[in-house]
Amino acid sequence: MTASWNIPSIRAALQQKKLSARELTTEFFARIDRRNPELNAYLALSPEQAFAQADRVDSMIARGESLPPLAGVPVAIKDVISTRGIRTTCGSRILENYQPPYDATATSRLHAAGAITLGKTNCDEFAMGSSTENSAYGPTRNPVALDRVPGGSSGGSAAAVAAGLAVVALGTDTGGSIRQPGALCGIPAMMGTYGRVSRYGLIAFASSLDRIGPFASTVQDVASVLSVIAGRDAADSTCVPVPVPNYSADLDRPVRGLRIGIPREYFGEGMDPAVRQKVEAGIKLLESLGCVPVELQMPHTDYAIATYYIVATAEASSNLARYDGVRYGLRVPGSTLLDTYRKTRGRGFGPEVKRRIMLGTYALSSGYYDAYYLKAQKVRALIARDFVQAFQKVDAIVTPTSPCPAFRLGEKTDDPLQMYLADIYTVTGSLAGVPGISVPCGKTPQGLPVGLQIFGPHFGESRVLQLANAFEKAGGFEV
Amino acid sequence: MKITREQVIRVAELAHLELSEAELDVYSRQLDEILAYVEKLNQLDTSQVEPMAQVFSGDAAEENSSARADEARHSDVADAVLGIAPDPSRPYFRVPKVIEK
Repeated sequence: MTASWNIPSIRAALQQKKLSARELTTEFFARIDRRNPELNAYLALSPEQAFAQADRVDSMIARGESLPPLAGVPVAIKDVISTRGIRTTCGSRILENYQPPYDATATSRLHAAGAITLGKTNCDEFAMGSSTENSAYGPTRNPVALDRVPGGSSGGSAAAVAAGLAVVALGTDTGGSIRQPGALCGIPAMMGTYGRVSRYGLIAFASSLDRIGPFASTVQDVASVLSVIAGRDAADSTCVPVPVPNYSADLDRPVRGLRIGIPREYFGEGMDPAVRQKVEAGIKLLESLGCVPVELQMPHTDYAIATYYIVATAEASSNLARYDGVRYGLRVPGSTLLDTYRKTRGRGFGPEVKRRIMLGTYALSSGYYDAYYLKAQKVRALIARDFVQAFQKVDAIVTPTSPCPAFRLGEKTDDPLQMYLADIYTVTGSLAGVPGISVPCGKTPQGLPVGLQIFGPHFGESRVLQLANAFEKAGGFEV
Repeated sequence: MKITREQVIRVAELAHLELSEAELDVYSRQLDEILAYVEKLNQLDTSQVEPMAQVFSGDAAEENSSARADEARHSDVADAVLGIAPDPSRPYFRVPKVIEK
């Protein structure tokens, strides 16, 4: 039987000298050895750095120093986030042997807080996907049901935490890639406001949408990690200078009287009946805690997927132009420089990445820019306006995270559009830039986890976490 | 039809992607389906709407701007960067010949 660790229990065990950081790290690598072959949650392990960091924590304890907030906490990092000297592939052949020469800001902040990086987690190639099946290194399996996907794109991070192969993990969310795998694996998972966490060292997919955020087994741990990684960074000009509150301190504030918006557009056709039943029960649970439900209309919701798949692919086609075989990563030599570019990119990228580069290139190309890209940017403004207007009436918005529970491996791989629709409830908040969390909200009769999504206004992370924490404490896992 | 096979070939050229005949067939069909779906955006009148390129723009961007002072700082990453290059020739990246004699 494997003990279930969280940040406070690790801190207590280390301080009381019940175990050392080295012993805990050893235990987690043993767990990974046992479970990772079937799950494929990790693509690379970093035992050297992990044990060096564990020893630093142990010597702080030996010297009686006060411990930083994540001292000894084993973390997993999605493979699109740079880790110095640790292979970082983005789930792509084009970066198969890439070892970043620097750390992402989120990575270095975790290290400074005493966390121990176990390794890098699997994901859809360049974070493009909703099932982790687009990884060049094979899919990750959902630890709750091994014949099913863990969601995506941060499926490896979600699976690692859900299976107890890491205490917390970092993922990235561009259209739902943190919240949806959190829902499908049955753990809390959060993205802060756009710009709340530095993107420095996050290998770019869609720069106006990409966000780094935590997975954990409790909302309290999510809050602890967000407190560490959030905040101004001179290396990312889109990282906002708004002060970071202590999210952990605000967690237990009462939720009685908070107005929770229930947008009717998120409860239409296409939702799995078991998901609907659980989410409705979840809303009742929030009501029983004194939250006041308010019916909302967010009329542009239905346009979000179309908007997202133009904006995100346009940005991706530009961002991924850098993979040309010249400076890093794969090079497939051609007869000319142009031929080298074409061969390197043609062979290095997988099918979904090529599809999105093609779509984005088309949407930005001469003669189509206004019809697609500019149009999508205007509809994005309407979707953002829906949120601004909603938050004039309510404190938070509550919806399902995903229209369906974890689907079977291979079930949606032949139909890109069906796969895109897995993000139908998450992309809206991505486009608007608001913070959002998915918290476990019961299970379907088949035992598959359901997620409840809570959105807050820009910089309303404390409110979102407070509601999620109250929901979890009231038994949201079991509704 | 929203996009022809000829247009798909042209887009692959612009994107510097070498695609097989089979890939061109698949992408022609799939891009056509996706573009047909995206067509729904035209149901909305956006003639009075400003495009949104970033989450924070205008005053909000000003307020949330965190541009640092433009000061020279020491950087010593050239060796590390060249160390991961496919074909380095210090201090350069070597590539196939671009200019013919």
